[in-house]
This record gives sequence, structure tokens and C-alpha cells, in this order.
Amino acid sequence: MLVRFSAAIAAVCLLSGAGFAQSGHKPTDPQIAHIAYTAGVIDITAAKQAISKSTNKDVVAFANDMVRDHEAVNKQALDLVKKLNVTPEDNDTSKSLSKAAADKQAELAKLSGAAYDKAYVANEVAYHKTVNGALENTLIPSATNPELKGLLQTGLKIFQGHQQHAEHVATELK
Amino acid sequence: MWPGRRLFAFVAILGAGLVPAHADTIRVVIDKLVFSPAEINAKVDDTIEWVNKDILAHTATVRGDWDVTIAASKSASVVLKNAGAVDYYCRFHPNMKGRIIVAPR
Repeated sequence: MLVRFSAAIAAVCLLSGAGFAQSGHKPTDPQIAHIAYTAGVIDITAAKQAISKSTNKDVVAFANDMVRDHEAVNKQALDLVKKLNVTPEDNDTSKSLSKAAADKQAELAKLSGAAYDKAYVANEVAYHKTVNGALENTLIPSATNPELKGLLQTGLKIFQGHQQHAEHVATELK
Repeated sequence: MWPGRRLFAFVAILGAGLVPAHADTIRVVIDKLVFSPAEINAKVDDTIEWVNKDILAHTATVRGDWDVTIAASKSASVVLKNAGAVDYYCRFHPNMKGRIIVAPR
């Protein structure tokens, strides 16, 4: 399990800047929009799995918060790209994020009860940490459109809040 | 008739006596996950009204005490009942913090 978790993190770490640095170019605005939107969809999918699997009140409440917030942010992102006439462009980072998330979801699907709750919340902490690192170090500095940059900056504050919230839930589960 | 009028006058005076000490409503705006002003001074019986400009729901929560949910693009309020300083935060985004210093009336 630890190996698989590390593999997922390694895949997600493509986002953290190293992936872009190695490929020698910064992501474009259409790619950034796609990555940010994908990151939101991934967390919504994970939360919906938690809502259907968990019976822990705090875990389900947290998952509902994730669905509500990420849907609201993604709606705002879609409105913005429409307004800016930008078409989000699929890219290797989005693909590896989705692949890692699908693997993680399959892994979590096999767990139940307290073991599932702990694994889901631990992954939420790790996932938000990774996405926040990517926003801070790669996506926000690379974004050229000021409105897109602004949305990403607000997104970072929201997801930092989610990370703290997830850390709090994790403490309660111990 | 007269006793009634006198009673009315008495109540009116009593009411007038309370008016100068009327409670205030203090507004705190939430914009991009920031409470502003972050720190406010108030008195017991004052109302704090949070105006949420974000697209997300937030809360103003005092651990072990009151908890107000402020829906996206809506307002919500609380009447301060006790003197003292309270730190509050948003349960959904614990990186959002505020403080209210409540003086006795």
C-alpha cells in the first residue's frame, strides 16, 4: 500500500514543477486551465466515493464540503475561460493526474470502515498539499492572463483551507 | 382613558431611556477568504453581520461556543451575549481567522 501510495504521489509530483522544468517549458494558460479544472474534478470524484462509502459524520461532512467548494470553483473557472475565449487544453500533467487519481480510487474502493476513512482523509491532506505546491510554484507563476492568475490565487487560499480542514479531520480520526 | 395614557407615557419614557444605549450592527465583509476588518471592537448586545462576497459558503465559528454559517453571496449575523475577546474561524477553511473584542455595556 505504501509503495502504491508513493507511486501515486510520484505521478502527482509531475505537477510540482519538476515535470515542467524537465520538459523545458512553462504550461500555457489553456493547459493551466485544464490542469486546475482536472484537479478539481478529481477531488469531487474522491469526495463522492467518500459520501457513498463512509458512515463517519465528520468524513461525510468534509466530503460534502469538498464537492460544494470544488464545484463552485470549477463553475467559476468555466465561466472565466468562456469569457476569455480560452479552450482548456489537455496535456500530460492532466493525464498523469487523472491516472494517479483513478489508481488511488481503485485502491480506496477496496477498503472499508475506519481503514477507508483514514486512507481517504490522509490522501486528501497529501493531494491538497501537492496541488497547492503546484499552484504556488508552477501554475500561478506561469499564468499570463491576470484574471486566470487571480482565480488561481484565490483557489490556492481555498485549497490551503481544505488542507487544514483535512488535517483537522485526520487528527479527529486518530 | 387617562390611566391608560399615563401608563403609555410612562412606557414611552422608559423606552426612551433605553434608546441611547442601543446596540449597533457591525459589518464584516468576507472577500476572497478574508474577514475584514479581521479584528473588531464591539459591546454586549451588538450584532455582527457577515457579508459574504465569495462564491463559497463560510462559517464564523467560536470553538465550543457559537457557530454561524454564511451561505455563498449571502449575509448572516450573531448577537454578542458575553463580554470578552473571542477568536473565530471558518470551519470549512480554517485558514480564515477573525477576532472580536466584546466590551461590557
